[in-house]
Amino acid sequence: MNFKTKLGLGILAFFTLIAVVGEWIAPYDPSAMSDDLLSPPSGSHWFGTTMTGQDIFSQVLVGTRGVMVVGLVCGVLATFLSILVGVTAGFLGGAADEALSMLSNVFLVIPALPLIIIVASMLPSADTVLIAAVISLTAWAWGARILRAQTMSLRRRDFVEAARASGERTWRIIVFEVLPNLLAVIGSGFVGTVIFAVMLQITLSFVGVISLSTWNWGTILFWAQSNQALGLGAWWWFVPAGLCIALLGTALALINFGIDEYANPRLRKVRA
Amino acid sequence: MTFLLRRALFYLVTLWAAITVNFLLPRLLPGDPVQAMITKLGGRLNSDAMASLYVLFGLDENKSIWEQYLEYWGSLFRGDLGLSFTFFPTPVADVLAQSMPWTLGLVGVTTIIAFLLGTLLGVYAGWKRGSWMDNLIPVTTFLSSIPYFWLGLIAISLFSVTWPLLPAAGGYAPGLVPEFSGEFIGSVLEHAILPGVTIIVSSVAGWILGMRNMMVTVTAEDYVLVARAKGLTQKRIMFAYAARNAVLPSISGFALSLGFIVGGALLVEMVFSYPGLGYVLFQGIGGKDYPLMQGVFLVITLAVLVANLLADIGYLLLDPRTRKEG
Repeated sequence: MNFKTKLGLGILAFFTLIAVVGEWIAPYDPSAMSDDLLSPPSGSHWFGTTMTGQDIFSQVLVGTRGVMVVGLVCGVLATFLSILVGVTAGFLGGAADEALSMLSNVFLVIPALPLIIIVASMLPSADTVLIAAVISLTAWAWGARILRAQTMSLRRRDFVEAARASGERTWRIIVFEVLPNLLAVIGSGFVGTVIFAVMLQITLSFVGVISLSTWNWGTILFWAQSNQALGLGAWWWFVPAGLCIALLGTALALINFGIDEYANPRLRKVRA
Repeated sequence: MTFLLRRALFYLVTLWAAITVNFLLPRLLPGDPVQAMITKLGGRLNSDAMASLYVLFGLDENKSIWEQYLEYWGSLFRGDLGLSFTFFPTPVADVLAQSMPWTLGLVGVTTIIAFLLGTLLGVYAGWKRGSWMDNLIPVTTFLSSIPYFWLGLIAISLFSVTWPLLPAAGGYAPGLVPEFSGEFIGSVLEHAILPGVTIIVSSVAGWILGMRNMMVTVTAEDYVLVARAKGLTQKRIMFAYAARNAVLPSISGFALSLGFIVGGALLVEMVFSYPGLGYVLFQGIGGKDYPLMQGVFLVITLAVLVANLLADIGYLLLDPRTRKEG
């Protein structure tokens, strides 16, 4: 494991920890108003306060959980869907492959953001898990496409043929012979999906289609934007949340490079 | 030719799927927001407008779902997308027609620039692997992990508020009339700089990375070694041998990720109040304006599909194998 991957895992572990303990270590109630209106970062408010005197540091801490939960739930759901569709299509071939590939390509090409905005705004109650489920429905296609290609290159290999010749059932070949060889691809697909889901959830909160009653980094940005934080010069209102998003995204991307380099040795750093 | 025919068929299926999803959503999801809206607007709607909203959102309980589906297609072919609630009583189609050119201009141009720039940088980064160019990768990764809209916010705060160099909002200076004059065009360009650069900066990284990795893979191929052994110039090997083959996945990736990129670009429009489809969508969210939101979704899907078809034609020109079959 190289330095980049370790760094990525370290940052991810840090945010996971915050997601768990954030609510307990937050110095203030994130929604509580106070008399320190729109004050820049100081000793008592590390990230400053909002227009109504809410503590931004506490909002970021408490908001971490919502972000990580959606990322994790979507990652698991969408990865499951992509394995189901991608591996089945690649392994079976023929008409089943044509139909499933068409399905995943349709999902890939249709612009997800406007569609999800419509669905999210039509839902009567947009709680975190429901949103995660909706996001997963649009997030699986890319992984399915890559898994299909990999499976196709695997299914004529000798060890698969051997399993087939010895009379193994199809599902058994898929689960015990093919899937273990796809682990790197599945892993990188999972990480990619988490990035996608986190970004999408934050975006949806930012444009205001998800309920604002629970805190996440996108909600902070929504309030900053709708209270003209930019015009007031209140940079501390939107900088921390954005940096957290970028840090988390970078960490996940670094982990993905690690997986890619593990799977494709040509990408590893050459020693000069 | 079969390649293009197959692709065209696929896009038709996709379009059909998008339209059908659009038809089903308001009928499947609970709640009846459109009915509520109509009640609120009450007497201000004339009977024609009412009828078209009923067709588009399935409020007509007396008809079977199939009849509703056929009527829905009928109104789409007439270009009837209902009335916008936000810009009442303007028809949705008119609102879209007004904002479409802005989005096509901004998003189209910046996406092409980002693709070309990123691919070129990726070619160099892959070719000069192990040099200082490798340090670009972590930087661009960080940049691409930043959400488009947040980068837009930062750009506004730096270049419009702290140092007021460029306008923060709108497509042209208020007070100007859209016309074909030097002053107007200059103002449009000035307003496009910040949103444009934002889109380019946040989308270029993906192209650099994809192209670099493909270049690294291709440079190890035997035909590149042969080209070197023949003593061809570096430039010729790099572009005519390695890059030409490495670019193919980038182009098919370009087509597929277009939907995603356009989504990000819509957000940039929202942040900059740019008069395109993204900002219209944003205004639609605030007013729960379903006819408008669904209209935006359909037009964007259509635009993405057309762009995909163009990318396919580009692929056809670069890869002789697709021309041979059939």
